[in-house]
Amino acid sequence: MSSEVMGEASLSIIGVLLLCLLFVMGVAIARLRNLFAIVILSGIYSLVCAAWYILVDAVDVGFTEAAVGAGMSTVVLLGAILLTSRTAKPERRLARLGPFAVCVAAGALLIYATADLPAVGDAGSPANAGVGLTYLKINWADTGVPNVVTSVLASYRGFDTLGETVVVFIAGLAVVLLLGFGERALGETLRKRKKEDETP
Amino acid sequence: MKSDHHLILRVIAKCLLPLITIYAFYVQFHGEVSAGGAFQAGIVLAVTVILYALIFGLAEAMRAVPPWFARGLAALGVLVYGGVGVWAMVQGGQYLEYQALFNEPPGGHDGQHAGIILVELGVLFAVAGAMVSIFYALAGRVAEIRDEDW
Repeated sequence: MSSEVMGEASLSIIGVLLLCLLFVMGVAIARLRNLFAIVILSGIYSLVCAAWYILVDAVDVGFTEAAVGAGMSTVVLLGAILLTSRTAKPERRLARLGPFAVCVAAGALLIYATADLPAVGDAGSPANAGVGLTYLKINWADTGVPNVVTSVLASYRGFDTLGETVVVFIAGLAVVLLLGFGERALGETLRKRKKEDETP
Repeated sequence: MKSDHHLILRVIAKCLLPLITIYAFYVQFHGEVSAGGAFQAGIVLAVTVILYALIFGLAEAMRAVPPWFARGLAALGVLVYGGVGVWAMVQGGQYLEYQALFNEPPGGHDGQHAGIILVELGVLFAVAGAMVSIFYALAGRVAEIRDEDW
């Protein structure tokens, strides 16, 4: 057995292990009631997802998942927990059946759809043979940027990225309009500190 | 600081924060040749401020990076991005046509490089500013995170 085949085999074993880990964590998140544990577990879920993306050579997606999914959204959700209670209300047994049926149906559809997916790295797949191949061919002459991901994101699809940036800005604006700038907390803390200084 | 039982956390965070910041700028300016780009760099940059706030308190973080600065940064980012497009139009090209920035013939890549770097800088500002603003808005609702809450 050549070392290349060994490498391939060990990579797919790691992939299966990571996916099993994801499944176990998904079930655990669904069954837990403690919101703090759920948020931390979903952060770990994102981190394992990121590891799996890197395993299948989607480095940019993995990086984004690690930064946004495991970092940012965990922190935001932790902040949200502080504003609400620490545990979720237990729901009635019958009320669980509806969401369960939806999950099973969606899962069955996804598994049905995976039969049509191309193999990882298949050169003949639509993503690699169509417009992706064109970008790979013309990118260097067009832009002189070695990373095609960057040139597609910022140059060929500059308009889309402008839209994304505006979406991020508007999302921040909407949260700030709903919740305030957080300056009230700053003022409160400063007043409290001042009072403590005045009364030794 | 009246409660100092987070001493180890504070010392380690002080060592880590500059490294994380440098890493954010590495991701930002290395985006042309390696994985990652302005969106990721913006998040990492915002995370440094958030980590600082989590460990040293929200008031300290708001003194270092004031809320008006965070929201101004987000708006400035969108302006920079849109401004590059207008610059290309002023030079006679179409909106966001980087080739027109310096009126280069096809094959010249200075406009592409300048345009991409400026646009990514805009994305960095917008993402970092918006994320810090969102965190301030959420964390600012609770006056102080008490120790027993962790």
